[in-house]
Amino acid sequence: MLRSGLIAKKVGMTRLFMEDGKQVPVTVLSLENLQVVAQRTVEKDGYTAVQLGAGAAKAKRTSKAMRGHFAAAKVEPKRKVAEFRVAPENLIEVGEEFSANHYFEGQYVDVSGTSIGKGFAGAMKRHNFGGLRATHGVSISHRSHGSTGQCQDPGRVFKGKKMAGHMGAAKVTTQNLQVVRTDEDRGLIMVKGAVPGSKGGWVTIKDAVKKPTPENTVYPAGLKSAAAAEAPAEEVEAENNEG
Amino acid sequence: MDLIAQLEAEQIAALGKDIPDFKAGDTIRVGYKVTEGSRSRVQNYEGVCISRKNGNGIAGSFTVRKISFGEGVERVFPLHSTNIDSITVVRRGRVRRAKLYYLRSRRGKSARIAEVTNYKAPKSANADA
Repeated sequence: MLRSGLIAKKVGMTRLFMEDGKQVPVTVLSLENLQVVAQRTVEKDGYTAVQLGAGAAKAKRTSKAMRGHFAAAKVEPKRKVAEFRVAPENLIEVGEEFSANHYFEGQYVDVSGTSIGKGFAGAMKRHNFGGLRATHGVSISHRSHGSTGQCQDPGRVFKGKKMAGHMGAAKVTTQNLQVVRTDEDRGLIMVKGAVPGSKGGWVTIKDAVKKPTPENTVYPAGLKSAAAAEAPAEEVEAENNEG
Repeated sequence: MDLIAQLEAEQIAALGKDIPDFKAGDTIRVGYKVTEGSRSRVQNYEGVCISRKNGNGIAGSFTVRKISFGEGVERVFPLHSTNIDSITVVRRGRVRRAKLYYLRSRRGKSARIAEVTNYKAPKSANADA
């Protein structure tokens, strides 16, 4: 059952010392006023999805169109908006705020972000080419790529030939990162390992597509309103904490 | 204080380690937890601290060098590792370098370090670190 992902801000990296003596490098991701801004339904749009917004944007810096859009959802203007396809039963009401218990500790997630831009990069940096020799008559072209093809037949360079060019600043997804710790109060999710993008950049987190769906996944989502309502009931809550 | 620094400070406080004040040149004894099968015991490793890196932060580490059966052995410990049971300062050395990598090329008499006779514990670090 497809459920919503999250938009988070990359705070930075640190390490955690575990009880068994292991050190785990973690990236800290923070949920900042993450709310549902709009719904996409089959009747209206032909598919089901939720549009989420995160962060806080100044109203005067938000376009009039977007201001109207946020006003219709009765939420503050958001800095980053993204859409997540969900199953029809996992649609979430507009205005609901997400909490970090959306993921449980140990769950695997995929994290997408915009990688750090490297500008126009040579073939050695961009495609891990070996370059040319340092001596033996090589002049000026030590870091160049070598030949780009054959001779008169085919007489052209094939499409997709790896050459120098723009590198980075592209959408990159890192798959199967494990959630090590979540902090519900501060809205923090710590995942093991590195995440694409620079500090302060926006990333999207989704359930790992290459792992089976875990049993104790929270449906339709980990919401602040749900956590507040179920605090006395605590059946689902206890399950989440143990996971 | 940014969020990362705050998280690291909280973790250091939560680990509650009693780390003495020591620096390169000091002879220290590290009690390191070793797990053999199901049971664990504490193994002592004593030698000269030849380097400290990244201060007292969560990423801090130190290198301890000793001569074991005529062979120089160096071990790098993370300062806040949960595997470290205890750190005790055996002897305080007087050195003029922060990193004593020159000891690697020395043997015997020339690898000695003079002892500090007038050691004073730093005021702030003494209480918490």
